[in-house]
Amino acid sequence: MARPQQWSEDDVLEFVTLKAGGQSYCIEITQIREIRRWSPVTALPQAESAVLGVMNLRGAVIPIVDLAARLGLGKCDASPRHVIMVVAVGDKTVGLLVDSVSEILSVSGDQICEAPAMGRGDVPSSILGLISIEEGMSRILSPSVLLPNVLREVA
Amino acid sequence: MSRDDLKATFFAECEDLLEQLSEGSQEMIAGTADDDTVNAIFRAVHSIKGAAGAFGLENLVTFAHCFETVLDRVRSGDLVPDTDALHTILRSGDMLADLVELAQSDSTEIPEAMPAILDKLNELSGAEHTAAAGADAAADMDMDGGFFGFQPLILDPIDEDEPSETMAEAGFRIRLTASSDLFRNGHDPVLLFSELAALGQIETQCDLSALPVDEAFDPERCYLNWDLTLRGQVAEDAVRDVFMFLEDLCVIEPIGDPVAVGTAGGDPFPVEAAADPASVDISPPRVSMDESAPPDPAPAPIELALSAETGAPARAAASAEPVDRPKGPAKAAAAVPQTTLRVDPERVDRLINTVGELIINQAVIAQKLLEMGLASNSDIMSDLDDYQYLARELQEGVMAIRAQPVKPLFQRMQRIVREASDSLGKEVVLVTEGEGTEIDKTLVERLAEPLTHMIRNAVDHGIESPEKRVAAGKSALGTIRLSAAHRSGDVLIEIADDGAGLNRKRILEIAVSKGLIPADAKLSEPEIDNLLFMAGFSTAEKVTNLSGRGVGMDVVKTAITSLGGKVSISSRPGEGTSFSISLPLTLAVMDGMVIHAASQTLVAPLSSVLETIRPRPQDVVPYGREGRLLSIRGTYVPIVHLGNLLGFSCGDEITSDNILILIRSERSGHVALAVDEISDQRQVVVKSLEGNYGAIEGISAATILGDGRIALIIDTDAILTLAGDLGRDVALIEETQHGKTAAMV
Repeated sequence: MARPQQWSEDDVLEFVTLKAGGQSYCIEITQIREIRRWSPVTALPQAESAVLGVMNLRGAVIPIVDLAARLGLGKCDASPRHVIMVVAVGDKTVGLLVDSVSEILSVSGDQICEAPAMGRGDVPSSILGLISIEEGMSRILSPSVLLPNVLREVA
Repeated sequence: MSRDDLKATFFAECEDLLEQLSEGSQEMIAGTADDDTVNAIFRAVHSIKGAAGAFGLENLVTFAHCFETVLDRVRSGDLVPDTDALHTILRSGDMLADLVELAQSDSTEIPEAMPAILDKLNELSGAEHTAAAGADAAADMDMDGGFFGFQPLILDPIDEDEPSETMAEAGFRIRLTASSDLFRNGHDPVLLFSELAALGQIETQCDLSALPVDEAFDPERCYLNWDLTLRGQVAEDAVRDVFMFLEDLCVIEPIGDPVAVGTAGGDPFPVEAAADPASVDISPPRVSMDESAPPDPAPAPIELALSAETGAPARAAASAEPVDRPKGPAKAAAAVPQTTLRVDPERVDRLINTVGELIINQAVIAQKLLEMGLASNSDIMSDLDDYQYLARELQEGVMAIRAQPVKPLFQRMQRIVREASDSLGKEVVLVTEGEGTEIDKTLVERLAEPLTHMIRNAVDHGIESPEKRVAAGKSALGTIRLSAAHRSGDVLIEIADDGAGLNRKRILEIAVSKGLIPADAKLSEPEIDNLLFMAGFSTAEKVTNLSGRGVGMDVVKTAITSLGGKVSISSRPGEGTSFSISLPLTLAVMDGMVIHAASQTLVAPLSSVLETIRPRPQDVVPYGREGRLLSIRGTYVPIVHLGNLLGFSCGDEITSDNILILIRSERSGHVALAVDEISDQRQVVVKSLEGNYGAIEGISAATILGDGRIALIIDTDAILTLAGDLGRDVALIEETQHGKTAAMV
């Protein structure tokens, strides 16, 4: 299968895999700042439904995005068992609410397959590529999908 | 340092230099300038030219060259500037600032006004200096790297400084180098120094740099080097006699001979003698070590002298100046600017953020300890008080780093007045006071626009034309007074003109004709004055390109309000109008009221809260289907349910159980916010939401509370806009009640 353009064949890459809405996704490790427990957030007025609110990350105010809701997999009922992945997208920092963080995948560029086009809808455009893992496959998330809508034009 | 870094440094320095330039030109205009001022201006322009050449900024070099030529003539006394010439100098300063700005944005565009100013400069500098010569200079600067070409010019004023007196002064500089044999051969430096002291005044500086700190130290060896300065009229032979047995170890050099020092680059201590009749002046030897010497007035010149060894030509010439002359060192001290630190503002911001965190962290700990049920008189609680005190202290200190004097801002206003008065054919002078008043850097930046607008307004609308002024028995020259002062935790900025004062009749007419107030409204004088701040109000009878673009004072007011400030106006017919702006010292913290609405915690800026009200049931009057009005002191104010408005709750009813917060809006009168509870009033650290999220209507920023949770800070103006629909409904009532509403303020 064709390989997405942004990775060359001999790149050695590391991804962190996570579960959101029952599916496996992954994000390149260089984007991840930290992983922390869920704690209640402060809701924002006029926010899209996937943006749960803002959280205090050592003094920085960061928005928390419900990744499952963002990907159209239904709202996540946040509990202390859930995890916030703090990721950097460009110069913005965003927290992602996910079910769990699984492992670190070390793959070479030729192990990444291009995401097949699936008609319309923005879910496929949020996937940069696929990696086969033991229990199936993990979807590489496009950084722009991680941002709240208000920031997406910027990124 | 990369070239880009260098360039950034250059522009940062340009800012300072332009400031000096503008300051100096002001002094020239005011007639308070002395030779130093002109020299300072010249040097500023010259330094800009030099560095601009190094970066190949040709427009800048060309212009600076012509400007400099004129200044050089003024400096040398060739040209005594008349009013016109001074005007050109001021203009040129502005142009230079423009060119620096253009260069900063990598633009090579030539400003429209530049050729005209260049012509004037050429006129002033005499026929031989043409624009072409300027261009040549640009090329020259480019070729030789620029930085060194201009240094001799800096030395000029010093060379002219009474050379005969310099020559008359005598003395020697002696360097005694360490040797393994010094002690072994039975020499004792102290004895040598006392002998020297018998000849004249001696100053000693010990150089410890050769002293080994590890096991290589040999106690029998002398590692010390001395730099001695012997002053007084001493014969060289007498000095040489002292060092008779140490000739290989020391270099003796007469001081006070600029030529000899000038060649210092090659041979640091030429041993030519200038023998003078000996005169004995006994004073005890003063041995000062670098590390321990108390900095008394004497060491300063020595340091200058020593720097001659490093080959810095400017310093070398400075050292040629006689030191005993009282004027010399004093002048040098005055010329050395207070040392400052150039710090990337980002670093300071990071520090401020961290300190903000510390304070929040302190609050978190305090809250947790309280929850643990510790007695408030326990040791840990008193330690916590210390912690709080130190944290606040630290915060104040860090905030002070960001504080900047308003001087550069005020100086920019000079230019605005100049340009505005020129284009309107008015004569206006701007007098500034309290330029040293310090306010937060962000405030300085964000004040620029409203202040510019107000100053333009004052020139355009405030000050009358010269004819009218003379007819009114005033001087043709109008005065605008711009002052800054600290007033009980706030900064007060006042802009006062001595113009005709507000034309209240005209203001009323306009307000009525624009439908801002009903025709039969009875307003007090301050109320009329405040109409100026209403949106869509502009009194200019004809629209000029300066002010009266329809944006007017309401924009100014909005800008000031967004900075957490207030603006007010007062006016006396025939005597002038004055605006006062009061601003908080910083934007990083503000006083807020912690409120709860629809189970959310929010913060309302205390500056916009007028009062809090627990209404009686009869005070909350139904209005329309869901609307409620608050009846307060005979007037009606719309009530807005804050939770509903922000979308935290939906369709909650406003009852008399709610607590009402009466807030003032700059644009649309008053509104009462219905909330569930007021829990606290405290200082909060303001955190931007826009960094990682974006702007939210109705919310200006966020803060972190004692429990570490984020609370949103409401934007009272935007809240009123959000509540606009409701506002329109009650507009009718408001209008009929207008007089009373305004009176309530």
